[in-house]
Amino acid sequence: MVQGRDKDPEESRGTPFKEDLSTRMMPGLAARRMGTGLTESPTPAAPAAPDVPPPDVAKQEVHPRPAPTSGRLAEGTVLQGRYRILGVLGSGGMSTVYKAQDLRFPKVQRFCAVKEMLNTATDPRVRALMMQNFEREASILATLSHPAIPQVYDYFTEGDRAYLVTELIPGKDLEALLHETEGFFPEAQVVQWAIQICDVLTYLHTRTPQPIVFRDMKPSNLMLDDQGRIRLVDFGIAKVFQSGEKGTMIGTEGYSPPEQYRGVAEPRGDIYALGATLHHLLTKQDPRLEPPFTFHKRPIHQYNPAISAELQEIISRALEYDIQKRFGSAEEMKRALLSLKSARGLAATAYMPTPEGVRPDALKVIWQFACEDEVRSSPCIHEGILYVGAYDNNLYALDAETGKFLWKYATEGGIASSPAVADGRVFFGSTDGSLYALNAETGRLMWTYPTKARIYSSPRVQFGHVFIGSDDRHLYAVNTITGRMAWSVETEGAVRSTPATGSDAIYVGDEEGVLHAVGVNGRLIWRFRARRAITSSPAVGQDLLYVGSQDWFVYALDLRAGWVVWRYRTDGPVISSPAVAGDTVFVGSADGHLYALDATNGYLVWRYRTGGQVTSSPAVYQGAVYVGSVDGYVYSLDAQTGQLRWRFQTGGPVVSSPRVANDIVYVGSLDHNVYALPI
Amino acid sequence: MERPSPRPRLTVGWATDVGRQRSHNEDTVLIAELEQAGYYGTPSTALLVLADGMGGHLAGEVASALATRAAAQHILQACLTLLPIREHSASEPSLKEVLIEAFQRANELVTERVPGGGTTLLCALILGNRAYIANVGDSRAYLVSPEGCRQITRDHSIVDIMVELGQMTSEEAVHHPQRNVLYRAVGQRGPLEVDTFLCHIPPGGVLLLCSDGLWEMVSEEEMVQVVATSSSLQEACDILVEKANQAGGKDNISVILAAPPEIVDSEFHWPEI
Repeated sequence: MVQGRDKDPEESRGTPFKEDLSTRMMPGLAARRMGTGLTESPTPAAPAAPDVPPPDVAKQEVHPRPAPTSGRLAEGTVLQGRYRILGVLGSGGMSTVYKAQDLRFPKVQRFCAVKEMLNTATDPRVRALMMQNFEREASILATLSHPAIPQVYDYFTEGDRAYLVTELIPGKDLEALLHETEGFFPEAQVVQWAIQICDVLTYLHTRTPQPIVFRDMKPSNLMLDDQGRIRLVDFGIAKVFQSGEKGTMIGTEGYSPPEQYRGVAEPRGDIYALGATLHHLLTKQDPRLEPPFTFHKRPIHQYNPAISAELQEIISRALEYDIQKRFGSAEEMKRALLSLKSARGLAATAYMPTPEGVRPDALKVIWQFACEDEVRSSPCIHEGILYVGAYDNNLYALDAETGKFLWKYATEGGIASSPAVADGRVFFGSTDGSLYALNAETGRLMWTYPTKARIYSSPRVQFGHVFIGSDDRHLYAVNTITGRMAWSVETEGAVRSTPATGSDAIYVGDEEGVLHAVGVNGRLIWRFRARRAITSSPAVGQDLLYVGSQDWFVYALDLRAGWVVWRYRTDGPVISSPAVAGDTVFVGSADGHLYALDATNGYLVWRYRTGGQVTSSPAVYQGAVYVGSVDGYVYSLDAQTGQLRWRFQTGGPVVSSPRVANDIVYVGSLDHNVYALPI
Repeated sequence: MERPSPRPRLTVGWATDVGRQRSHNEDTVLIAELEQAGYYGTPSTALLVLADGMGGHLAGEVASALATRAAAQHILQACLTLLPIREHSASEPSLKEVLIEAFQRANELVTERVPGGGTTLLCALILGNRAYIANVGDSRAYLVSPEGCRQITRDHSIVDIMVELGQMTSEEAVHHPQRNVLYRAVGQRGPLEVDTFLCHIPPGGVLLLCSDGLWEMVSEEEMVQVVATSSSLQEACDILVEKANQAGGKDNISVILAAPPEIVDSEFHWPEI
């Protein structure tokens, strides 16, 4: 519920509706599960709402009273000589709902729901108001006759308690169903429910002399009875519509239309809440956990790509902030729903995001160069020359602009390591176990440094040294000029991750899952142990270090303390190395997605699904992010929205990470080629 | 014998005041400084908590006090366990999880003990020059630096959303009768969503936490000016409260100012292994 803080008594005073006066105080009315409810839902009832005077009352020095649970009816109690209490179905706000047996029908077992309202207010004005609200609710319900609306049998008062006796609906509410169901509801199913809801809303909205606004549409107020029909329960705040009348802000957080906060209740508010309910049912994203009125920020297809664009359009229209832009009536919305393929039992066509003006597959290659084996290494571009390693044992130097071959250097093993250039030298490791330094211009060998096992890690050059890991379980620091080792650090597992450097430290992961933070002098600063291998290379941000692990998580660690600041779980091993740009971290996962996460708190900004594992590491350039996938494509996405800009198909999986220089994207493929593509 | 130079310390100032129009102060302020030297050391650490309670009949002050204590207890416990170590693992809770869990506990406690009451809750854990911030409600955290004032948190108020959606200007929001209507607060029943932030405090920068009793009364320009011209952070806090009162003091006023130590890179003096 909304919060009316008693800043200014004049501002916050209003006429509370329903029995649930206390909810006016606090957000989270959503947690109130039962009202006039005729639910026999197995969902556990929320704890009984504590009985506290509403703020207006509190100002009149009314003292808090004991919780109403103490006043619950015992099993076996008989009300009015007719209704035998069998047990509590639920409670919330200031009411309790019991299952009862109607003794007027002794030959058969006729069950009913008895809603009891405890009038605990001591202030006579509030007491009277609460009774009036109850009676109004009862009399509205009693006049209604619709298959989706539970029938009212009786209402009466006893002392300071009021009772409403209604039909007992066996079944489950949609919120409970939502929690129990794995995966998503089929579109056709949700559309059928939506059509039924539109029918009952049409009935309510066309009552005379005044339309009835339900005001509390949400999954937990929609029961699916044992015949699979939708029933609308809890008319607690249903209100006789009076055009333009200003009331108290009330409603269910997350589903309520914007105008409800201004105290306006009208039929098109129910249409908004229906839109919100459908959005929740289709995406499983609970709107009560999101800022209000922000559905447009969570497009349905982002969570559930199986939903048709047409249904999404209908829901978007129901969720328009501006009341005039919504459907004019529930009848109009129903007609739109009926026009859907999924309403006629036809298979829905899934939403395919194809941004306007973009032809994703029509990209022209600038040049391509064929090596003699797979290119897993990522290219490095320096002063117009592209360096790249291949599994044919060679390091290639190509003209970055034309792709013309300049020279190559053969090692004794395949090259998975991505080269780095500094001080006129190109550095790279080979699976023959050595770290090589070549003259960057001529390809002449300057020196080699042999390690004791294969090298898959890539060199990082900083502080006058090359840092590189080896399968011999060491991180090495080698002088760039002399090729002499300055120090080595023993790790727990093979080091295939590429070291990252901060202002005074080097960070690298190993195949045993340990991330090492080492000072420039080679001394350990801290370590972090993930649950599986850290093959991903760390990325250094201003205060945090980002790294992926094969334990499926992306971790952000405090650079100085090694403390986990946040972690994000993907649905597969994270071998891809994160790229940080501004406030966003981009990283791929073997679950097939490229993720964009908020760098400071790890919230998902967007994710994009490719057709295969994403082990390639993303590159960010001028508002676009580039990444390869095992599905053979190179993708270019809008860095802000995750929308596809273009994709380019190579002849094999792309595990190499793209590099961008001078408006050209360079990337290798397992089809043996290096490609140069326009950004 | 040469004594080592003292380690640079965090500086903190704070103030809380009932204001001019309320009969009691529903705000709660908590400051905890944590310093540990020795084989297992911590960086200069401080936990700052500010809560603005609501609900009549003592509910507001009780809610803000309980929430503050519950959150601080949880966060400090985690700091003492996790900070002075150099071998971390994935089995530890992340800092974000610690902060969120602290808020959940506060929420459960307030819901249970103070029905009808609620509170905003703002926590900042300062580690060296990084501030890890968690927030629910409309108390605010700002970074005040020579370059100006930047609001870090966002208010969980209906008017804030209206402004974001372009339905209202910021000007209109300031005077809107429902500007105090929150859609999230500690003490709400059901799940509580918590915002978390990381703020890098640059040299010369000061972290400012305050309740709406300050930010509704004193402009951001004034805050910057007061911080820049005061002789100490404590003096700045006192002046800010005075200014809010001069402007009407419509609500309780609370403010915390904190500046990290000047030198942060030497914060770790790990022994050699």
